[in-house]
Amino acid sequence: MADLQTLGPALLTLGLVAVAVVLSLYEKLDLEKDIGVAVVRSFLQLAAIGYVINFIFGLKNIGAVVLLLAGMVLFAAWTSARRAGDVPRAFLVAAVAVGAAAVATLGLLLTLRIVPATARYLIPLGGMVIGNSMNAASLTMTRIRDDVAEQRPKVEAALALGATSRQAVAPILRTALQRALIPLIDATKTTGLIFLPGAMVGMIIAGADPLEAVRLQIVVLYMLLGSVSIAAILVGTLSYRAFFTPRHQLRRAPPSTE
Amino acid sequence: MAPLKIEVSGLGYAVGGVEILKSVDAGMQGGEITAVVGPSGAGKSTLLRAINRLIEPSSGEVYLDGRPTSALDPLELRRRVGMVFQIPAVFGDSVEEAVLYGVRLSGKNADPGRLLEMVGLDASLAGRDPQSLSVGQQQRVTMARTLALEPEALLLDEPTSALDEAARRRIEELVGDLNARLGLTMVFVSHDLVQVERVADRVIVLAEGRSVGAWDKEDFFSGAGERARQFIAGRL
Repeated sequence: MADLQTLGPALLTLGLVAVAVVLSLYEKLDLEKDIGVAVVRSFLQLAAIGYVINFIFGLKNIGAVVLLLAGMVLFAAWTSARRAGDVPRAFLVAAVAVGAAAVATLGLLLTLRIVPATARYLIPLGGMVIGNSMNAASLTMTRIRDDVAEQRPKVEAALALGATSRQAVAPILRTALQRALIPLIDATKTTGLIFLPGAMVGMIIAGADPLEAVRLQIVVLYMLLGSVSIAAILVGTLSYRAFFTPRHQLRRAPPSTE
Repeated sequence: MAPLKIEVSGLGYAVGGVEILKSVDAGMQGGEITAVVGPSGAGKSTLLRAINRLIEPSSGEVYLDGRPTSALDPLELRRRVGMVFQIPAVFGDSVEEAVLYGVRLSGKNADPGRLLEMVGLDASLAGRDPQSLSVGQQQRVTMARTLALEPEALLLDEPTSALDEAARRRIEELVGDLNARLGLTMVFVSHDLVQVERVADRVIVLAEGRSVGAWDKEDFFSGAGERARQFIAGRL
């Protein structure tokens, strides 16, 4: 196992980051601080997760893998809830949605014996499922929140005609789910034609048989489509209720957003 | 069926610590058009939303023919007491779809042509995109979709304030006509006293979340309502 000291030459790629910083300064994009934070954070986080994965590989204990994945789900839910600002119970909604997406897809892969129950497979695949589900959860929640605020008159008009909360919010839910799913559907459609997915690139560079890389990539793509759909649909179903009372009344917007 | 009588008793509504309605008492007689007037911020629109429970009052009660609305299924209540809003929010790909939205929710059907004619629109508009209609026409479509549910009462929240003078007068005529033909109890929020004189049978005045008084139209626009009229005129 190579330790981090062999990263030395890799760090020379920071020269490319310098290009971004110069561009930011030159064009007054005011992004250089963000770029700096991103570089430092990504380095520390990747280094840390490298050691953690290495440690867990050493343990050869599936319980440790499950624990790590659970931690990732909670962190994803926290990130998503912060993004979704004033959506009530956002953390809980995101945790349930991302967790269910991870359990369902990884569970299926394991049950069908498509991947072995080892840390080497479960941690990277779990990371992808959780990360993508998190993005879908954030997108869906923020979209529903913004559209309910913006389309209040329509929602209220529907309620006034005897619609239930679910019926009144249906068009908003539909748009939010489309917005969350379309990027991934499009990426899946064009995969291999326009870009080669990261996992496959990594495997090929690492010397794997390209066909083996393709096999795993197909698993990854379908797994992501499944998990992102599950997460978005769950978030939609769980979060819209927060905007209504049980008596099918729109909750008044909190004073901060009025 | 006798026209629906609406009574409001000690109604309060607070949101985020702000009392929008403090205490409102009002009676709307069956089959009459009752105008609700008052300075902006008096709670007129909030009162309407509390009547069909689009919002939940924090205190007090609304009665339909003596029965408390808190005991009714809110969806059923809203079908019985229809509401027309200030700015028409029309949805659906066609006027027909827009008009039948509420009816279809309850698994029924209605004749869109008849409903359109009821609100003075040509039945041939049924296939049009509702967004291509004028705001006045859209407001008629929202009235048609509310009437499709065969309500017993109609709450109108400044239904003409987004319209030009001609469209405004046509909606006023339509309101009077529907009231006469269908015997609907109507509550009409307006900030325009001239309009109130044309449309209403009775007048209720609200100020700062309280009911200040109620008059027959003739009294309100003669000596008895003079002070109330001056109060409103000075605050508009």
